[in-house]
Amino acid sequence: MSTQRLHPAHALRTRDVRVSFAGTEVVAGVDLDLRAGEWLGLIGPNGSGKSTFLRSLVRLVPRTGTVERGDGTPPGPTDLSLMPQSPELPPGMPVVEYVLLGRTAHLGWLSMESRTDRRIATDVLRRLGLASFAGRPVRSLSGGEAQRVVIARALVQQSPVLLLDEPTSALDVGHQVEVLELVDELRREDGLTVVAAMHDLGMAARYADRLLLLERGAPVALGTPDDVLEDSLLSRVYHHPVRVHRLDGHLVVLPQARAPHTPVSAPIPLPDRANPPPHARSGHRDLGDGSQKPTSRRRGPAGPHEEVS
Amino acid sequence: MTTRTHAPTDALDEAADRAFRLSVPALLGCTALLLLAILASATQGAAGLPVEGVVRALVGALPGVELTQTLSTAQEAVLWQIRLPRTILAALVGASLAMAGAGYQGVFRNPLADPYLLGVSAGAGLGAVLALGFGLDLAWGPIAALPMAAFVGAVLAVAGSVLVARGSFRDPATLLLAGVAMAALFSATQTYALTRLDETRAREVLSWLFGRLATHGWGPVTLLLPYVLLAGAVLWLHARHLDVLRLGDDEARSLGLSPARSRLVVVAAATLITAAAVSVSGLIAFVGLVTPHLVRLLVGHSYRLIVPLSAILGGAFLATVDIGARTLVAPAELPVGVITAFVGAPFFCVVLWRRKADS
Repeated sequence: MSTQRLHPAHALRTRDVRVSFAGTEVVAGVDLDLRAGEWLGLIGPNGSGKSTFLRSLVRLVPRTGTVERGDGTPPGPTDLSLMPQSPELPPGMPVVEYVLLGRTAHLGWLSMESRTDRRIATDVLRRLGLASFAGRPVRSLSGGEAQRVVIARALVQQSPVLLLDEPTSALDVGHQVEVLELVDELRREDGLTVVAAMHDLGMAARYADRLLLLERGAPVALGTPDDVLEDSLLSRVYHHPVRVHRLDGHLVVLPQARAPHTPVSAPIPLPDRANPPPHARSGHRDLGDGSQKPTSRRRGPAGPHEEVS
Repeated sequence: MTTRTHAPTDALDEAADRAFRLSVPALLGCTALLLLAILASATQGAAGLPVEGVVRALVGALPGVELTQTLSTAQEAVLWQIRLPRTILAALVGASLAMAGAGYQGVFRNPLADPYLLGVSAGAGLGAVLALGFGLDLAWGPIAALPMAAFVGAVLAVAGSVLVARGSFRDPATLLLAGVAMAALFSATQTYALTRLDETRAREVLSWLFGRLATHGWGPVTLLLPYVLLAGAVLWLHARHLDVLRLGDDEARSLGLSPARSRLVVVAAATLITAAAVSVSGLIAFVGLVTPHLVRLLVGHSYRLIVPLSAILGGAFLATVDIGARTLVAPAELPVGVITAFVGAPFFCVVLWRRKADS
């Protein structure tokens, strides 16, 4: 599949995009010139407006300011596809039907999928290695499989700009890399432009060409990962001391612990199932200092330890 | 990419071809059921008609078909003037309610929705009470006062719900609550009006409320048919919108659908078709709720299959049940709504019980 259109040098331009909820400005004036074919990572702490900015681009939340394509016209559902953070997977809906719903904006007034629509869907399913899943209900898929199916639905929209809202937040590290590499491959092969809100700064640095750092809705830094991921800037925006390291050519962002973590000094033995200690069956546990705690997750005798919050 | 696997090409292409499409066996099976129900309903009754004679008469009535007829003139009259109009009416009412039920369930993304959700029943009931009991004459051309009053009442009640919800088709929960409030208001008015009526008239109103199919000629059929065709077509064309709405409003909008507009169109079509059905048949319970569920068990959750198959099966169901209404306590007649509830409710309970056991 190819998106079969020539992308102008700028895939998307935003000027002074603002979103307010009940008088509070959540997105506070974002100006962005998105280059065709680039991967822009949106980073920032929780509540910094990453999701809301993405949602405002497809008008899921009311916004002010301008959003336009390279030729100056406003974008529609065939220009931007949004992959939501927690997509709704309707019960009983098979994968192939779910993916076909991505063609909605392309259908005529009879709302019937043509042969072409069906072929585009099967092409994408094959390409993402989902051919054998076609008849499976979307609800029955694992997290990684479901995420690929949602990407497939976004791809059959055939829009040149892909908006990803936390695409890997629910996945383990292996599946995170798998999904991000898939998106990267599609970007290179089809010339897609990607805007991805991401929490994992290391992953964002690894895949994005540029990063946009948001703080309470306002852009505070835009540039290459090397420029934006800087100790003092991140520490200020995230309200937490962080150090940026370079490891095997990748940027790694390490948050510093506020208080040093002191591990329990004595090794904690695994519970002996064959010979449970006499007190293990009771709901209470003698902590040795005479106090009774109703629930304690620690197994075995508690050694001297500091309370680490 | 390491995850790329190539399953047999044919299986995927076939799955894509089948997606959202009515399978021929399902369509034929349901249509056969409907024809059987119509035939059974046409032959059973106070005066039994021979099956072969009825088949000959029906097939012979098709354009371009010549068949020797075996029914007597009297039997012909019973078939064409009494039995068939009523059977067809039952099928049309069943189809209307079932389609409207499917539409409402899609709009509210709630399998508990039924065609009376937004106050259709209460509005129609109040209209009927006013027309029957107080001689409110809304007669319009060939349309008698009662169906007209019921229709107007039903549409007014739904319009009121929509108005109270300030047309918030973006937020179906508000609309639903407005429907509950409006239904309560109309019901209370109707109950009050009933207490002011004398016993004979009150009884007449009550029997209408329980649902009864009219027995006089083809009038009601010609009244209802345009609605069934028109609103049915609108619902069917919007079935895909209902499929997209299953993804939630946000995703539907980002896919290019306007959820509010789709809801408005579907609610309008479902309301008109329900009001039209109620105006000629009274309040028939459970058909609109149960039929879409039954169809889901058969063909899955896509509204593009649920809407047309609900129409066919709803028609078959009501035509069948109406046989009971006419024959169980003959020569008297049971309100058909009582039987649909008697049959529908236990059936629904079994479905729910089994679904719970499956999950």
